[in-house]
Amino acid sequence: MSGSTLFEQILDPANRDNPYPLYAEMRKNPVSRQEDGTYVVSTHAELARLISDPRISSDDLPDPQKFRWTGHPVTDLLVRPVRAEIRKRHRPFIFRDPPDHDRLRGQVMRCFTPERVRGMRAKTQKLTDDLIDKMCGKTRIDLVDDFSYPLPVTVICELLGVPPEDEPQFHGWATQLATALEPNQRGDEETQAKNEVCFNEIADYIQCLIKEKRKDRQEDILSDLANDADGMNDFDLIATAVLLLVAGHETTVNLITNGMLTLLRFPEHWQRLRTEPDLAPRLIEELLRYEPPVHYRTRLALADIPVAGITIPKDAPVIFLLAAGNRDPLRFPDPDRFDPDRPDNRHLGFGGGLHYCVGAPLARIEAEVALVSLVRRLKGVSRIEDPPPYRPGASLRGPRHLRLTLEGVAECC
Amino acid sequence: MTVRPERIVVVGASLAGLTAAHALRERGFAGALTLVGDEPHAPYDRPPLSKQVLRGLFSTDTTLPRHPDLAADFRLGTPATRLDLDARRVELGDGSRLPYDRLLIATGTRARPWPDREEAALAGVFTLRGRDDAQRLGAQLQAKPRRVVLVGGGFIGFEVASTCRDLDIPVTLLVRDAVPLAAALGPRLGGLIGEVAREKGVDLRLGAEIERMEAEAGRLTAVVLKDGERIEADCLVAAIGTLRNVEWLDGSELDADAKGLRCDGYCRALRADGGVAEGVFAAGDVARWPNPHDDGALVAVEHWGNARAQAAIAAANMLAGDASAMRRHDHLPDFWSQQFGLTIKLVGLTEGADALAVVHGSLEERRLVAAFGKAGRTVAAAAIDSARWLPAYKAAIRERAPFPPIEGAVDQPRIRVQEP
Amino acid sequence: MKVVVDLNRCQAYAQCIYAAPDHFALHGKEALVYDPSPGEAARGAIERAVHACPVRAITAYPDTDTKVGETR
Repeated sequence: MSGSTLFEQILDPANRDNPYPLYAEMRKNPVSRQEDGTYVVSTHAELARLISDPRISSDDLPDPQKFRWTGHPVTDLLVRPVRAEIRKRHRPFIFRDPPDHDRLRGQVMRCFTPERVRGMRAKTQKLTDDLIDKMCGKTRIDLVDDFSYPLPVTVICELLGVPPEDEPQFHGWATQLATALEPNQRGDEETQAKNEVCFNEIADYIQCLIKEKRKDRQEDILSDLANDADGMNDFDLIATAVLLLVAGHETTVNLITNGMLTLLRFPEHWQRLRTEPDLAPRLIEELLRYEPPVHYRTRLALADIPVAGITIPKDAPVIFLLAAGNRDPLRFPDPDRFDPDRPDNRHLGFGGGLHYCVGAPLARIEAEVALVSLVRRLKGVSRIEDPPPYRPGASLRGPRHLRLTLEGVAECC
Repeated sequence: MTVRPERIVVVGASLAGLTAAHALRERGFAGALTLVGDEPHAPYDRPPLSKQVLRGLFSTDTTLPRHPDLAADFRLGTPATRLDLDARRVELGDGSRLPYDRLLIATGTRARPWPDREEAALAGVFTLRGRDDAQRLGAQLQAKPRRVVLVGGGFIGFEVASTCRDLDIPVTLLVRDAVPLAAALGPRLGGLIGEVAREKGVDLRLGAEIERMEAEAGRLTAVVLKDGERIEADCLVAAIGTLRNVEWLDGSELDADAKGLRCDGYCRALRADGGVAEGVFAAGDVARWPNPHDDGALVAVEHWGNARAQAAIAAANMLAGDASAMRRHDHLPDFWSQQFGLTIKLVGLTEGADALAVVHGSLEERRLVAAFGKAGRTVAAAAIDSARWLPAYKAAIRERAPFPPIEGAVDQPRIRVQEP
Repeated sequence: MKVVVDLNRCQAYAQCIYAAPDHFALHGKEALVYDPSPGEAARGAIERAVHACPVRAITAYPDTDTKVGETR
């Protein structure tokens, strides 16, 4: 990859296990123009400022590529263009601006009540205990497949009201649709074609589920949205449900896996968390700074924006390299040190501004329950490999596997 | 001034005083630290007093959090009565004397009493400034008065009116001006809040003043307005402004009067001759200083945010050694108000603004950001239920960006510059 | 405990409401109201709220014994 730009190197899967030196290089120019006219923002002050700048739009999905002809006129001239137009008009709210964003997000927040989220703590604990019980007698585990993946996925299914037995089929859909976050993939023809197929399948699935929820209302978010949401038609409802399902998938998986990897790398904090569970909230915020589950998000400049001595021109794509801002020494002294006692930890692990992560409260509960339980119950844990193999995504960054050896599992207390 | 201080006295045990005490300790001051307060209460927070405390939500104890290792000596319930600059000594009401190496004056303000003494003394007539005031008024509101009359067109009046409506108590709000809240928000936004108040059932009277009160057996029964109308009411709250607590500085040679204690940009108190009073600083509502965001005009900013920011700067400067190491207090004024379910936030100074533009949302939706301009520059911004856009406008105000400051933004109507 | 929130800084991210729903609430879209004096039993929940606030607007300390280091 010699001759490639800094941001291309960041996207290169070969650098996935440790992008932080590249981020440090990136921060030498707080806002840096790439050859293709994209502007990468990598320092905390500039990120904090631009993340709540109203000239920055989230409505940045690329226009669909021209379709390859299938030869069936009804499909080519009617079904596909209409579906594409519907998809564009009813895109999920992470790709929208206010007032539409606020309206759709507001509907979700009305269902995502503190009481409902609080109720998930006990359920998360039960699921966690069960998953750890299954490790009894094993000497080797893959933390991702055996724990980090099934936990949040079961939680999000439960909360939304999606039958967990259907999960295997939309696991693949979720992974595919997450490519919409990757600037080097989202625009290409093949990815778009795959995403189209994939979105249609998941949309059909959700549509059936919505019908069921309307006939037989349950205690879940999808039931509430399907029956109570004002000003949200079925297309918006489907896009919103798909978003919640996909976003609930890989992000928390990464947070838990990154957390365990970090605690294994810094055993003093593993020990501290075992003996001081009160440490958990601080430790998780530091984890969100140190190894965030989402490394960057893409945006679009709606006007010329002067920042850090340069001007981001109107219509330029912008990349918020949040994970680089989290390691900015001007904001966080000794930024490469994992320090749960860090004061005033205003990290960007959940983003910020209007698009601050909807699922943040749930992710915090899951990470806290999971990490506290794992460090208490797993005995004699060692990594088989470090660094572990990573998933290809540069935005949703996390290990594909975290293979560990165990000496034992303590009884659930 | 270059000698490290060993004894620091803070007169005023409220938000500014306590903030300064924390800041002094955070900056490593390990000497004797004394806070003097005229009220018997430990430092407490005031903004909730006109809202949730009156309404009876949560605890009424708004004591401010104190660091467990603050190690300050609190002299509560004992007002400071005299300052001797030459002897570097504060005298208290109980006759004791406190010598200091550095002094912070943070005595704040008190509610302006109802001008007619006899009327002010009637049962059912209140002012609202302190914890005890809130306790008394809260008890009265819980007892469901037939009607509450509020006098004063400022934020406190509106917040108490909102609380009364939450409690389903009939309320009449008397505002002397033709438009409410105009001094802070300008007539357009002030008018909007007035509209909201009316919709929520407040009997809002503009251009209205009280001629006299009526009473039976020492209890308020009605008020008579200047236009002759009589309104029956058994509870009245006078929210007609504040008086600065500077009387104890009489004879001290400090430049203090009804407008406040004059300071320089480094929070150093000034003598009547214009010179710096060595070792004496001021912060919070009582202080009046040249504001860099208002072309150096002498202003006192009676807001929560200023009390905290100014106290922190004063604390830093008290320990700075000499003037070259001191920091200028350049806090951009900001405040919030919660009423009728809306959150109103303002940054900057609207005084003298000659232009207004709604830059997000709309007046009709009651969800908006409005920017204020003065001679072509952006000087302030107000948000109603749109707090997350405000930091961008705050940055524009700090930079004195051309007005209107941000164009081509999301959720932005076609920008129309109007009179404020 | 004693709690204070810098409501100039607060942007109604509502993370405190999830962390400590018995002690923080939104009235309307953005108006945060909170318990300034929650009991010691709420400590865990309040600490979670303090750390979860994206703008770090919440300050909380345990109750201090008014007798210690204070005179009247």
